[in-house]
Amino acid sequence: MKPMTIASREPAALPAKPILGLDARVWRWAAWALLAIAALGLPFVASGYHLFQFSQVLIYAIALIGLNLLTGYNGQISLGHGAFFAIGGYTTAILMTKFAVPYWATLPVAGLVCFVAGFLFGLPALRLGGLYLALATFALAVSTPQLLDYKAFDSWTGGVQGLLLSKPHAPFGLPLTSDQWLYFFCLACAALSFWAAANLVRGRIGRAIVAIRDHPIAAETMGINISFYKAMCFGVSALYAGVGGALAAIVVGFVSPDSFGLFLSLSFLVGIVVSGLASIWGVLFGALFIEFVPNYADQLSDLFGESAKALPGAIYGILLIGLMYVMPSGVAGALKNAPRLFSRAKHG
Amino acid sequence: MTAFAHQLFSGLAMGGIYAILALALVMIYQATHLVNFAQGEMAMFSTYIAWDMIDRGMPYWAAFALTIVVSFLGGMAIERLIIRPFANAPVLTIIIVFIGLLLIFNSVAGWQYSYTIKTFDSPFPARSWFGNSFMSSHESGAILVTFAVLALVYAFFRFTPLGLAMRAAAQNPASSRLVGIRVGWMLAIGWGLAAAIGSVAGMMAAPIVYLDPNMMLGILIYAFAGAVLGGIDNPWGAAVGGFAVGVLENIAGAYLVGPEIKLSVALVIIIGVLVARPSGLFGRMLVTRV
Amino acid sequence: MPALLEARGLKAFYGPIEVLHGLDIDIAEGGITALLGANGAGKTTILRALCATVRREGAVTFAGRPLGARATEDVVRLGIAHVPDGRGTFVDLTVEENLRLGAYTRADRAAVAEDFARVYGYFPRLEERRRQQAGTLSGGEQQMLAISRALMLRPKLLLLDEPSFGLAPIIVKDIFHILRAINQESRVSMLIVEQNANLALDLADHAYLIETGRVAVGGAASSIRGDDAVRRCYLGY
Repeated sequence: MKPMTIASREPAALPAKPILGLDARVWRWAAWALLAIAALGLPFVASGYHLFQFSQVLIYAIALIGLNLLTGYNGQISLGHGAFFAIGGYTTAILMTKFAVPYWATLPVAGLVCFVAGFLFGLPALRLGGLYLALATFALAVSTPQLLDYKAFDSWTGGVQGLLLSKPHAPFGLPLTSDQWLYFFCLACAALSFWAAANLVRGRIGRAIVAIRDHPIAAETMGINISFYKAMCFGVSALYAGVGGALAAIVVGFVSPDSFGLFLSLSFLVGIVVSGLASIWGVLFGALFIEFVPNYADQLSDLFGESAKALPGAIYGILLIGLMYVMPSGVAGALKNAPRLFSRAKHG
Repeated sequence: MTAFAHQLFSGLAMGGIYAILALALVMIYQATHLVNFAQGEMAMFSTYIAWDMIDRGMPYWAAFALTIVVSFLGGMAIERLIIRPFANAPVLTIIIVFIGLLLIFNSVAGWQYSYTIKTFDSPFPARSWFGNSFMSSHESGAILVTFAVLALVYAFFRFTPLGLAMRAAAQNPASSRLVGIRVGWMLAIGWGLAAAIGSVAGMMAAPIVYLDPNMMLGILIYAFAGAVLGGIDNPWGAAVGGFAVGVLENIAGAYLVGPEIKLSVALVIIIGVLVARPSGLFGRMLVTRV
Repeated sequence: MPALLEARGLKAFYGPIEVLHGLDIDIAEGGITALLGANGAGKTTILRALCATVRREGAVTFAGRPLGARATEDVVRLGIAHVPDGRGTFVDLTVEENLRLGAYTRADRAAVAEDFARVYGYFPRLEERRRQQAGTLSGGEQQMLAISRALMLRPKLLLLDEPSFGLAPIIVKDIFHILRAINQESRVSMLIVEQNANLALDLADHAYLIETGRVAVGGAASSIRGDDAVRRCYLGY
């Protein structure tokens, strides 16, 4: 069986030729600056609901970073990350409703709980190769709503009705609405997550986990402790998903078993495929995609009737197959290659 | 005591359905070393096709037979058109393609037939067989159909030249070519058979779990558990595993953990078996060359 | 007599790498031809190229018909049977099932039954073990099975890749004896790749010495065997 080297199939980057006289690095800085300005200015131009949607995008981006670390960089396939998203969400909800913990303090706890859960799940998963791990995590995703709904846990989880959370207000009397404040909160968390992950993959640890993906046996003979790294990867990716879930609970103000079914886990998969496996900044594209596509489909259902509920699934399905066929390295991969193509066309 | 017997027998009935689906999964696994995550949704879609025909007035067994044929052809078409281009792709890519198929079948079923739950009548007459109090007539019928399917598939692979060729193509494609077997077509036929078998599982399950686009998701997980328990490269082990999971699920649901989290039983079985004894009860230990 | 198989300008590729550089080979009808040479010379690749198991270029004509772009499964149907290196037995199937698969493409049931009898005649040990799983046979028996499976095709040409590999000398002697009998009685032409040059030249009528993807020497087996210079340079003895 071939190793998971979709992303690493790209040839090593050649120094890109200048476009319009400016170095590629300058373009990249410009893009980042533009993005930062847009991100910071958004709450003042977007309405409550749209702002909420962009908060969701940031939340998904955090979860997708986690999944991408595990599947894209480390080659362990998880079809069940919705479960860790759920654990994070429920941890926050329980802490807030049962123990009156302030929302911001629940984040580290949710992260830690999920890290432990992920690490513990990752331990038996060490012995499972790609296909079997996919199988096990798929089973996890399908069982999650049932587990959340379990009568014995009802007093904690609120059973099928779920838990309602109160919406936080902007602190220190800042002149921001709840939605605006939550958006900035998510933005800060997302920025921190991106930075942490980018550092991780650029360093020694990042190289180790990629080595494990591509040549596990060789990696082991070079002294990399595979079990440790793989379990840690699972833990870290679960941490990210859990933090995302916790933020989601806070922003939405509600958790219930139905929001954490198979479709959520599969959406995450779609997200990292669209963004490009083994890409950190690419997850923004994936997050935008999985937030807005179901939304538009919902709007279409007003036109086409109830059957349009089927649209997101169909789009996801066709897209997954189509992308694998045409663009195995996702949007990020295509964009990375674009400057090369562009300059080749000019000088070709 | 009768309550226990009832759990046991209805466990066997559902277990038969899991066994059939597990057989389909293992058939594809043997030929490709891949698990078809979309097998359940394909079965669900076939069941809707059957429902459609019956709704339009076709007699049950005619619709049953026609659905099997349509599913066979559909399975072949999917292999040739969608799976074939990815023959040499990495595992992750193919899993993504399977998930894509899963989503497409699920959505098209919802689109075409709506998400309202439908009833699917059992073809077996309402009175229980021989007046027994352990199994409903549909449960008895389902077990019988299961055995019939298993027997037919066994006979096909054991006694027919095509069955032999398919076994050969799955085990050793290179040598199969050297005796003139068209390995590509064997693969397509394998997919067709798996889809046909899956459709039987769907049609037997629908009277019990009711027909809706998500009906096969849980059943797929149980079938996974059965296949893994029996040995993912052993079709008869997988069938035994399916029956075992059906019984375990019912017993655990009735006496241990309660019926609402029966799926977690499957999850525990899957992880437990894969960690403790990956080759399952009857499978072969796999050794990878370093 | 026209050659049964003619290859002109035969090239073969593993991926983008060319490993056979335009060979010309003739195999006479009813004869036994040997391919000799060092490890990695390309002998196995020649057999694979003829069966289209690797990408090839060049003109190959068999029994007067060009092979063209036929896939392996179709080349087999023309009457070329290949016993690959490593035997290629279906280890999980029984001996009998292996043999039956050899006759997969044939429709003449009576003739197939005759061939079963003939094959069991050459290798009685296979008949003893017909219901045994092929993987449990000894190395020598597996080689017999591999050859028999190829014979079940009733081929015009039999390609054998290193039939002596890994076998005790006495078994090899037996097998080569039987190969000669098969060639004489059933009129099956053969192309044999062998590392053991002595053995091969004993059996063959004609031989080619292959060196890094090219034909170095080609001629009658007896003259090659008699030529001291060739023997010392290429065959090491």
